[in-house]
Amino acid sequence: MKKTALHGEHLRLGAKMTEYAGYDMPVEYSSLKEEHHAVRNQAGVFDVSHMGEIAIVGEEATDFVDYIFTNNVRSMTAKQILYGFLCYDDGGVVDDLLVYKHNDQHYLLVVNAANTDKDFEWINKQNTFDATVLNKSDEYSEIALQGPNAESILQAYTEANLKDIRFFTFDEISINGEEFLVSRTGYTGEDGFEIYGGHEAVRKLFARLLEENDALKPCGLGARDTLRFEVALPLYGHEISEDITPLEAGYSFAVDLSKERFIGKDALAAQKAEGLKRRVVGLELLDKGIIREGYEVFAGDAKVGHVTSGYLAPSLGKAVAMALIDKPHTKKGTELSVKVRKRFVRVAVRNKQFYKKSQK
Amino acid sequence: MKFPKDLYYTETHEWVKVEKGHAYIGITDYAQDALGEIVFIELPEESDELAQGEEFAAIESVKAASDVIAPVSGVVVNVNEDLEDSPELLNEDPYENWIVKVELEDESELDNLMSAEEYENMSKE
Repeated sequence: MKKTALHGEHLRLGAKMTEYAGYDMPVEYSSLKEEHHAVRNQAGVFDVSHMGEIAIVGEEATDFVDYIFTNNVRSMTAKQILYGFLCYDDGGVVDDLLVYKHNDQHYLLVVNAANTDKDFEWINKQNTFDATVLNKSDEYSEIALQGPNAESILQAYTEANLKDIRFFTFDEISINGEEFLVSRTGYTGEDGFEIYGGHEAVRKLFARLLEENDALKPCGLGARDTLRFEVALPLYGHEISEDITPLEAGYSFAVDLSKERFIGKDALAAQKAEGLKRRVVGLELLDKGIIREGYEVFAGDAKVGHVTSGYLAPSLGKAVAMALIDKPHTKKGTELSVKVRKRFVRVAVRNKQFYKKSQK
Repeated sequence: MKFPKDLYYTETHEWVKVEKGHAYIGITDYAQDALGEIVFIELPEESDELAQGEEFAAIESVKAASDVIAPVSGVVVNVNEDLEDSPELLNEDPYENWIVKVELEDESELDNLMSAEEYENMSKE
């Protein structure tokens, strides 16, 4: 099993470890719930060094990235970030990712850990452009500093003005005298930063942030999943996959069908024109229990879908889920049932964005 | 981690305490620690019949659901209903907070279970 550069820190902090995407990663340190609430109310820091980083460089880098990515790369300015998808010809998803633009000849794609090798191979196969694809994943460590206090915590360690790094932009700045790439992005629904750098520099920053900020909690993959789930951010293999398109999952904002071309465009445009046959929706449990991924959803006796992610959501104190449901059972308020082990429980269709940040 | 001496244990991390022909069944300290914060428990009902080796309850942490397997067979005579409102009691004291009390059907089934020492050794592997 692979280890991130922060592995020793996790053990020192007493984390419960688990295998994830080939890495030995922290699932929780002391309490998943406390870690979750720390990010919602104060701040938390995650080791996300397992994420993949793929660079695309060269004369035609912009043309190439625009061709494989569902969102509009030509509209990007330098140091901007866009969320979107790599899709197969049939509209199924290879991966969801962030594209960081350094300049017209240089982009960085940040992809899911479990998909890095698959993505790298797939991207290379599409490369008929004057561009080079480089798997940089082993060169970077990465931490995510998330929560309403993230900016004030990090500001104490840098002379750069973090307010200049606006939502979905990045910059290369010096923190503690070492160079990092810092973006105002995350996977929690909170303000915060993702910080990329050399292994030892990131390890030292992680340790120092925790040592000097009492209210900052180290957070594991457990809280990372409940946090993203509450704000309806998709997890590859759950809400999106080879078999679930971005339109079915409800992320059409990251699919620019007005672009001249991109891989999967024809299939996605046709799916839109014909009308979607199924959608990812929110479900709220009306009975006791918890509905979890994989559970089947029924309308009467007919199976109409399955749960893609489900939790007793820590910020809501309610059992809710995201589920892929056949139309016409996707209308808000529709009552359906879910099979939990041997019994059936009642659920109602809701907006899948369960948690909304109250603005400061 | 605690391994009380007077209990029988299963490989699936349940414990049994035998008292006057009755068996109290719960989950071990190891189990509650591995599950993390327990947020929901699905209990059987009184007069349900448990069969050794078969699931009879489900315990859910924030992360996941897991089955509780019956260490012995027997009819449920009492269910610890406090757990319905306060499932976290299983984290706080897994040996004090039994899940069900059953009428022990076949004492020889206890031979299939582990002693505290055997279970402790298994948990350390």
